[in-house]
Amino acid sequence: MLASLALLAALTALPLFIPPFWTANILGRAIAYGIVAMSLTFLATYGGFVSLAQTMMGGVAGYVAAVLVPDSLPSLVGGVPYAAAVPIALLAATASGLLIGAIAVRTQGIYLLMITLALAMGFHLFAQANIAWFNGYEGIRNVVGPEVLGRPFRDPFVFYYAALASAALLYALVLYVVRTPFGLVLQGLRDNARRVNALGYHAALHRIAAFGLAGFIAGCGGLLVTFYNIGITPGSIGLGPTVNVLVMSVIGGLGHPIGAFIGALIFTLFDTFAADLYDRDRFNTLVGLVFLLIVLASPDGVLGVAKRATAAED
Amino acid sequence: MEGSLAVTVALNGLTLAALYFIVASGFSLIFGLMRTVNMAHGSLYLVGAYVGYAVFEPLYDRDAWWAWYAGVGAGIAAAAVFGLAMQAALLGWMQGQELRQALVTIGVSIVAADQLLAVFGGNPRQFFPPDALFGATELPGLGRYPTFRLVQIGVAVAVGLGLWLLLNRTKLGLMVRAGVDDRQMLTALGVNVPLVSLAVFALGAGLAGLGGVIGGSAQPFAQGVDVRFLLTSLVVVIVGGMGSVAGTAVGALLVGMAEQIGQALFPTYSVILTFLIMAAVLALRPQGILGRPA
Repeated sequence: MLASLALLAALTALPLFIPPFWTANILGRAIAYGIVAMSLTFLATYGGFVSLAQTMMGGVAGYVAAVLVPDSLPSLVGGVPYAAAVPIALLAATASGLLIGAIAVRTQGIYLLMITLALAMGFHLFAQANIAWFNGYEGIRNVVGPEVLGRPFRDPFVFYYAALASAALLYALVLYVVRTPFGLVLQGLRDNARRVNALGYHAALHRIAAFGLAGFIAGCGGLLVTFYNIGITPGSIGLGPTVNVLVMSVIGGLGHPIGAFIGALIFTLFDTFAADLYDRDRFNTLVGLVFLLIVLASPDGVLGVAKRATAAED
Repeated sequence: MEGSLAVTVALNGLTLAALYFIVASGFSLIFGLMRTVNMAHGSLYLVGAYVGYAVFEPLYDRDAWWAWYAGVGAGIAAAAVFGLAMQAALLGWMQGQELRQALVTIGVSIVAADQLLAVFGGNPRQFFPPDALFGATELPGLGRYPTFRLVQIGVAVAVGLGLWLLLNRTKLGLMVRAGVDDRQMLTALGVNVPLVSLAVFALGAGLAGLGGVIGGSAQPFAQGVDVRFLLTSLVVVIVGGMGSVAGTAVGALLVGMAEQIGQALFPTYSVILTFLIMAAVLALRPQGILGRPA
């Protein structure tokens, strides 16, 4: 708890000392993607579901907002102020999470991974083919985000602090939820579904609700990413970005929600500076190899490495 | 005219289903024995297609009549070797850790897609099969229909029959079926299960490679096709039932037909039809239409 608050204070003060590029394009972006990754870490750590639908849920929020808000190009509905569009978008993301949960609830493990991947790719292909609601391949541009205290969302500090505040609140929410009776039942289901069932809990409902919460979290991240990119395209919810979320979560470590942010930060640093380390065009090879290396060497990610290192010292 | 359009759509669905069956049967075979969800199955498809093309093209330029057949052989061999290497180097020793295996194959598919892009570039390519397979055939009541699409159905039927014979009439098939039921017991009986696994992986990967060349002859292929065929394989085996050849055939038929009928009736929403089928099957029969309960 104290460590978390200290970290939050440090992250709050940090933009005063670093260039704006770092504030928005590295830390801010890492936090926004970290929120999407935390949605997966929450499901995986406490529910035992490794899902590939996180980017899709975030994309649902992004697309709903893009369709509704004023000034987006092309304007499909338009005219709905951000104060209304953002909650509607989050509601839609939560609903998509509940729906995915309802479809996937009877499956587990790799089946769940396959089904969520299939759903995510289906949504991606649908968005790419549909002109009426998604503007097809080009997606929707000029989704600038709300003004905060008279400053545009694009301002590095506004974006950074909005992302940081969302991340802190959602992080606290996850840590709170897993201590509630609901969270305890969820962890019980992960460890021994039969026994929890026998105690009279409704397993399917708990799982669906967990997906709903994951949808809400991913929706928050998806909105931030959409505002950061000033729009949304089908490409941003394709296989690459879908897998990237899993890569971030696994690199950081599926064991604690903080792992998602560690993974997202490492990923973003790679994404930004890989060009200096290695052939610019072969970024994906590098990411793929790093991912492979981590899965092969330390399935529990950086967190696992840290845990083993401290255990070895004792 | 209406009637013949319906027949054409149905025939298109059937030929698409044939291609899906060839690719997905390999996926299903690997899953059946090893419980490995091979997320690099689309990459195997693309490896088969590109390597097959690399062998095919110079021969085709020299007018060798066997260029296409050499391409088929090379595509199958390349995918099989790639799959073999994957199983031998990465997946074999983590047998039983299903999720980790899936993650490893995701990593492989990321690297493979990027390296294929580096080596072969982003331009679409297409095989030209020999004239005997490529022209148009006069079908009664329908008119001219691309011969190669009929060949596609023939290949799928041959693959299906071959797999059935292999699984039900050979020693290897016996071991595979026993391994699906009880892997540990099979090991205890003295069968070298890792070796059987390697053979099955090579076979499944080779089928993906075969699909790559066949699919690349029916229509152009390029980067990104790997995603489409991974997705299709996933949906086909989820719908049909994991590890069952007949289930894969049923799944491929349903998905192929749904795609073509959807495209004919409501073009931009056709993807949804496929996923409605998947969701319905999952809701009613989570193990798939012909799958056995886990």
